[in-house]
Parts: sequence; structure tokens; C-alpha cells
Amino acid sequence: MGDHSKETAQTVTHAEPASPHRKPSAKEKSWEKSTLRPTLDKNPERQAEFTTVSGFPIQRLYTPADLSGWDPDRDLGYPGEPPYTRGIHSTMHRGRLWTMRQFAGFGAAEDTNQRFRYLLSQGQTGLSTAFDLPTLMGYDSDHPLSEGEVGKCGVAISSLADMEVLFDKIPLANVTTSMTINSPAAVIWAMYLAVAEKQGADWKKISGTLQNDILKEYIAQKEYIYPPEPSMRLVIDTFEFGVKNTPKFNTISISGYHIREAGSTAIQELAFTLRDGLEYVEWGMRRGLELDEFVPQLSFFFNAHNDFFEEIAKYRAARRIWHKAMVERYKSQNPRSWALRFHTQTAGCSLTAQQPYNNVVRTAIQALAAVLGGTQSLHTNSLDEAWALPTEFAATIALRTQQIIAHETGVTNTVDPLGGSYFLETLTNEVERGAWDYIEKIDALGGMVAAIERGYPQREISEASYRYQVEVDKKEKIIVGVNDFVTKEKPLDTLQIDETVARRQAERLSKLRAERSSDEVARRLSALRKAAQGSENLMPYIFDAVKSYATLGEICDAMREVFGTYEEIAIT
Amino acid sequence: MPEKKIRVLIAKPGLDGHDRGAKIIARALRDAGMEVIYTGLRQTPEMIASAAVQEDVDVIGLSILSGAHNTLCPQLMHLLHEKGMDDVTVVLGGIIPEADIPALKKVGIAGIFLPGTSTQDIVEFIHKRIAH
Repeated sequence: MGDHSKETAQTVTHAEPASPHRKPSAKEKSWEKSTLRPTLDKNPERQAEFTTVSGFPIQRLYTPADLSGWDPDRDLGYPGEPPYTRGIHSTMHRGRLWTMRQFAGFGAAEDTNQRFRYLLSQGQTGLSTAFDLPTLMGYDSDHPLSEGEVGKCGVAISSLADMEVLFDKIPLANVTTSMTINSPAAVIWAMYLAVAEKQGADWKKISGTLQNDILKEYIAQKEYIYPPEPSMRLVIDTFEFGVKNTPKFNTISISGYHIREAGSTAIQELAFTLRDGLEYVEWGMRRGLELDEFVPQLSFFFNAHNDFFEEIAKYRAARRIWHKAMVERYKSQNPRSWALRFHTQTAGCSLTAQQPYNNVVRTAIQALAAVLGGTQSLHTNSLDEAWALPTEFAATIALRTQQIIAHETGVTNTVDPLGGSYFLETLTNEVERGAWDYIEKIDALGGMVAAIERGYPQREISEASYRYQVEVDKKEKIIVGVNDFVTKEKPLDTLQIDETVARRQAERLSKLRAERSSDEVARRLSALRKAAQGSENLMPYIFDAVKSYATLGEICDAMREVFGTYEEIAIT
Repeated sequence: MPEKKIRVLIAKPGLDGHDRGAKIIARALRDAGMEVIYTGLRQTPEMIASAAVQEDVDVIGLSILSGAHNTLCPQLMHLLHEKGMDDVTVVLGGIIPEADIPALKKVGIAGIFLPGTSTQDIVEFIHKRIAH
């Protein structure tokens, strides 16, 4: 394993200047000699080297000498125009604030429906659904493997009947909804579309986001069901269905969030996510989809970790890389394909169980980075999430954090306020370069699916994650309240998931199975199974099965029979 | 004569796939000179108990972040008892509310490690526990 360590992620000691091509001005040289040197002689710096949370080396000072050859018109450009460094809209948050989209879900559908309606009443502007582990893995709540997990990490949804309760009295024509579901994404989406149809909402107008990003499941979060090939087919089926039927829906949210949570560096998060994006584009084109028809429906999702400037540089570099890839690699003609739109979530892995109120501060700073990086929507974590799903009290503070940034700090008054900073522009260039190196490496391995099958991104992340843990254990990286500034405090009141949820769900499922037409269910499941053996788009078959109240588990099982399941080779 | 290495089974029961912690612990224990077997994801208590017997381990380390610990831990402890593995040390790491800790200790979980625990603390705990 040791031979896979990466130059970009290692803590490298840099003798200044950073680049051999760096040509400091006469004024800078004289400052170094007459002001800096005597200071260093008298008072050495606190550390021999300074690095980001990802271990990326940071210099003492950035000056015009770091940006020689940098052309503001070419490399920075103007907001709403290529290469989109400054943002994808010309007026950014002056025109429209980001969508405040708090991820929520727990218990049974009625519990989450209540939380959704509370959040909307508090000024939240979009919904985001967390599903429980059985749902994420395509099992019904009464499956033996679901024992102990029902409603714990999110809401339990086993059939269209549950989905109807989840969105009861929430007008899907007006509210945009994000759904964090991957392997069974096509099934859950079909349920959502069925509810929208019942409410009389026009599919052509409804909007929202399906996470549907299976590649990062193999890489990081590991909630996969089927092998890569049929999984990718299902993803492309949703793209194709979306282009025809739901032009305003983001059919995928290509996610770096989970890659980062698994312990990657910022550059790895950026590179693996964008390379995943290119993989989806290539599979879509191979299906025969028109590039500039389906790419505008692809969206992205990044993490906002603690290292303020590194994160902002990451978002800016992401937009630049995507634009370049679309225009140069795929010859895209549609500006809507070029502009990378993204959601951000503050870093769950940065939250500490110790002194949990400090998490409010961490989250605020992370959210600020996301806003300054030009995010389109944002979730801020709650202070108690190292312990449990958030209480209503904690979730409200998290939402208020966004509202304070939006309405009190003034950071939304101008577009890309940090643009032109010697430091940020240099870091954006370096992060971009680091990401391209990885992208080229994965290209050379034959693309992302091939790289995953060889364990390449998984190994890179494991290495980075272990390296970080060692730094924390040695106190080379300080986490306030964990390995320094430690105090004893009394435990928080956390949300308890009602143990009756599993029972309620099981009762609801047996009632459903008794009341629906089992002949109809069997017929539609068999049609799905047959279609899965061929190469047709499976969305219409899944939609039919959903409408007959076939359960999530039954639909996923029908496809398990045809596709088989996936087991990874565990890397430690 | 070289001392016999401590044998540890790192297991991830339940449906959750977040394996960052399990993998870090596996590597840290290996770096500390232990023999580590990692089961991989989504192991049932039955699979873990069987692997523990087969591999004749001294320690089982469980990683649970999903809230399913109150269901999975007692099941595993019961199976270990049935298989005559009462002498194996079972430790648990993950997101475990403090209110649940007494009941988990009562079913025989020897050590519970919450977020923020250093890997050295876990290594020391195991060494102390296995020292004869």
C-alpha cells in the first residue's frame, strides 16, 4: 500500500521560493532582506512548515511574483462567463441567494414530513431527504437485515404509500427536493414522480435533485447493490428519462462530499468527483444521448471542510476544470453544459463529539467558504451530529447560520470578493493542476470504472485518511477539544429514534401487501425482470411497478436476480 | 522465543458502509504489531462469530455508526457465548450515545471508544487486556 502515496497530498517542506520560475520584484527582494530576515533570525516561525488540512504546503506570503503568466481576462474571466472561475451567474448572490437546503430524515414518513414542514415554515427554501440504511440498500423495513436500522439514519421508505405520506401537504410543483439515494435511485425517483403526478404537478416544471451517483459509492460510501456495469446502465436510464420527461430535474448529483468524508484530501475530492462526472458523460454518449441535452441536467456536490482558502480554491478550480473538459474534450456547444452547478454540505467528519457547541463555529466558517466559493445550495450541519441525527433545536441553529451569512455579513454584496487575491489565485491554480494530474492518471487506467475495479481511488483515500489520523494522534494537527484544549462537559440531549418505527413500518407493509393486487404486482415485476435482461430503458418498467405498490425491496430484488450483487475487495 | 501476536478481527456489522474508522483501526493495530483480519462490509453477527471462531482471535473490534449497536451487539455476544468464545475481548467503536453504554457493557462489550479516541489509547487498552 505504501507505494501509492501522492506527491500532491504529502507534507512537503518547501524552501522558498515555491516555484523555480518565481521572479520576485526588487521591492520584494529588499523586503525579504531588510524586514523578513531579521525577524526570522530573532523570532523563528511557530512551525517549520505550514500546510492545509489536506497536507498541501502553504507559503509565507503570496505576491505578484506567484502569478507571473496569469492572465486575469483568461484565467479569472468574468462571472457567468467561461472559465467560470468567479461563478456561473453574472450577479451571483446579489441576484439570488443560494438555496438553503437542510438534509433531513428520520423515523417513519410521517415523522420526516413533520420536520420538512417545520423547516419550510422557518424559511428554508428547499427540501433534502435522508433515507435510512435499509432504503439506501434496497431492503424493505421488514427484511431481516433491516433489524435495528429502520428509521435510524434517515427516513424509512418501502413503497409508494410511504412516499405519499412523506410529501403529504407539500406541493411538489413549488418546492424543489433533493433525494440522497444512490443504488435504488431510479426506484425512489419513480415514487417521487408518482406522487408529483398524483398532486397534479407538471413533470416538465418540477425541479429537484437525485443523488444517483453510484461511482462514489464504490469509491467511498460503499452503499452499492449491483456491480458497476448494470449500475451505470440504471444511471444512464435516468439521464435518458430525465431529458425526455423532467427537463428541470437534476438527474444526478456527482458527489465529492462522501469521498472527502472517507478521508480524502481536497485535491482528491475534486479530482475523483470530476473524473466521475466525465465517466457519466462518456457512458451517456456511448448510449447515444446528445451531449448537450443531458449534461445540463448533471449537478455536483462538494464538501466544505475546515481549511477556508483551500475549500474556496477547490470550488473555483472545479468550475474551471469542468468548463475546460466540456469544451476541449467533448467539444460541447451549449454553455449550459459548461457551467458547473454545485451543492455544498459542511464537513460532517470535522464535527467533534467533544465540546459540541464548538461545531456551530466550525460550521459557520465552512459555510462561509462555500458561499465565497459560489455555491448554488448549501446544507449546514447541526452541532449535535457527531452524536446523533439533529434535534429540532440544533437544526434550527444550523439554518440560522446560513441566514446570518446571507443577511448580516455583507459577503453577498459583491461577486467573488476574493478574486484577484495573490494567495487564492495561486492556490486555485495549484489545486487545479493537482486535480488534472489525478484525472490523467485515471484516464491512463482506462477510466473511473476500471480504476475502481483496481482499487485505485479507494487506496489513495485510505492513505490520506491514515496519514491525517497519524498527524492528529501526534498532535501535528490540532482539533480543538479533542487533542488539545480538552475539558470535561456534560452530555447533550440528543434525538432518540422511536423504537416503534420498525414495528409501525412492518405493520404498514403487511397491510399494503394484503390490500394491493398481487397479480398486478407480480405481472409488473416480471415485466421489469424481463426488460432488465435486455437493454431497454428500465425507468418505465420501474415506474409501472412502483404504481402497483410493489415495494422497494421487491423491485430491487427483481433486478438483483438479473444483475447479481457486488462485493468489494476490502482494502485496509 | 518471539511472543505470540495478538489476533484481532475488525468487523463492520449492519448495513452501513462508512468504513473509514474500521480501516484506520485495522491499520493502526497492525502497525502496533498485531495480526489483523478485516471482515469487510455488512457482516451479520452470525458471520462475525463464525469468523472469530475460525480465525481463533483474541479480540473482536466492531465499528458501528448507524445506531444499530443496541440490536447487533447483544446478538453477537449471545452467539459468541453459544460458541464457547466467552474469553474473546469485544470492543466497539463508533457513534454510541452515552446513555447506551451501561447496557452494552452489561452484555459484555469490554471497551467502547467514542469519536476522537486516539489509536494509541485503543492499542494500549488491548495490550493491557490481553496481557496475562
